[in-house]
Amino acid sequence: MLYAILCYHDEDVVGSWSKEHEDAVMAKLAVVQDKLVKQGRLGPVARLLPTTAATTLRKDGDPPLVIDGPYAETKEQLLGFYIIEASGLDDVLEVAGELGRANPGGSYEIRPVGLFRPGSVAS
Amino acid sequence: MSDLAWIDAALTSARPQALGALLRYFRDLDTAEEAYQNACLRALKTWPQNGPPRDPTAWLILVGRNSGIDDARRNKQQALPPDEIISDLDDTESELAERLDGSHYRDDILRLLFVCCHPDLPATQQIALALRIVSGLSVKQIARAFLVSDAAMEQRITRAKGAVAKAGVPFETPGAVERSERLAAVAAMIYLIFNEGYSASGETIAQRAPLCDEAIRLARLLLRLFQSEPEIMGLTSLLLLQHARAAARYDADGGIVLLDDQDRSKWNRGLIAEGMALIDKAMRHRQRGPYQVQAAIAALHAGAVTPEETDWRQIDLLYRMLEVLQPSPVVTLNRAVAVSKVSGPQAALDLIAPLAPRLAGYFNFHGVRGALLMQLGRGSEARAAFDQAIALAGTTAEAAHIRMHIDRLMAESAPKAAQAVK
Repeated sequence: MLYAILCYHDEDVVGSWSKEHEDAVMAKLAVVQDKLVKQGRLGPVARLLPTTAATTLRKDGDPPLVIDGPYAETKEQLLGFYIIEASGLDDVLEVAGELGRANPGGSYEIRPVGLFRPGSVAS
Repeated sequence: MSDLAWIDAALTSARPQALGALLRYFRDLDTAEEAYQNACLRALKTWPQNGPPRDPTAWLILVGRNSGIDDARRNKQQALPPDEIISDLDDTESELAERLDGSHYRDDILRLLFVCCHPDLPATQQIALALRIVSGLSVKQIARAFLVSDAAMEQRITRAKGAVAKAGVPFETPGAVERSERLAAVAAMIYLIFNEGYSASGETIAQRAPLCDEAIRLARLLLRLFQSEPEIMGLTSLLLLQHARAAARYDADGGIVLLDDQDRSKWNRGLIAEGMALIDKAMRHRQRGPYQVQAAIAALHAGAVTPEETDWRQIDLLYRMLEVLQPSPVVTLNRAVAVSKVSGPQAALDLIAPLAPRLAGYFNFHGVRGALLMQLGRGSEARAAFDQAIALAGTTAEAAHIRMHIDRLMAESAPKAAQAVK
């Protein structure tokens, strides 16, 4: 089963990290990710630009309404996601726990993936 | 993350909102700062034991407000604002947290930024005050960035605070016109902070460059509050695109590397992507403004893989637009560089000739003029212009910059001269 791990955190807090702290977190995450890659369990990973760069398209009207900013104004924002292959919820929670130890703070929302197309975009 | 690192990041990010709310309660900067300070001390004591509160900002506001009220009651001489402002003392943290999502909080932060840019304050004091109050940098850190002694900076900030206190805090909720005026003043102040960092060179880079990061943090904060303001998108985009070149802008000795000579692989692609996304969003609003136009110019530079691919024609057009929006001889001088690339050095020289009376005392006018004369093969006139530029340069970095121009153009003109002979 494929799971999406959606990463939520206060982007103001993440934006206040020092360069050293940022590098340290990324290095720790890389260790976990490398392990998952070797196990053949890591799908696409994305880190999103700040919500200030977001645009929302409300498609319930015609023409759709374009709004500056993220879909919802929340205290914690969707900052990125992982796609992980796991045998079940326990398994993906373990992976998420490991990622969380590398990068504490905020929350992960774990969502089973219904349809997955790897697509054709090069990184 | 260690407890302390986590708390540090939480306090830094909560500061503008928490302090802004406390300023609304107490209507006095010193009282608000002291209350916030006390709340932070309490946080450092209790958070490591009890774990972080659900909403750190709401916690800090609540604790800070209570501490400010206690202080005021203890030393009776200080009058508290009327009860209706601080009457909701029994708020639970969660109720307060809910309320923070409301309209108050945008205006709180804007007010906090705005009191720092009081028009009576000279630019340097505005910046120092904002860095102290909004960013929470220590006097020592700010003194380092401004290359002055701690005592001098302490005095500067005290004086600025005195002026702000005398002017009074504009606590009433601003109307639409006032809000947009405040936004413009705050945007200008953030740009000033950025330029303090951006204009660093040589030994001062390490001390001053962090100002660029801080300005970007403030710009992003402002944009979070005013998501659909194209000029705030433009400002943030401009700062990101300029800062993206930071790693390529200096040589090993801290000398400035000209745009054409920069190693573009050192440009920060993440910052460029964010800057491009923002200017892209801003343009859709079709409300032109100076920050957007400057960001669009920076975006054209950032998008050119090599200097030769730079779209100078478009840059010329954008500078023309900027001349209309923000008429200034310096803008025209900048346009001359684009004109020289599109139509040749003579056209550029003709463009800047009328600027001479107004820019005679500006070192870069003579620098650009010298460069154009050099391209036209008028070596001795060019040399005279460069000498004038060096004489007018305000800092050794500026002088070094012009000297580099001389070296470069000497080197460039040599093969060209040889070709002409053939």
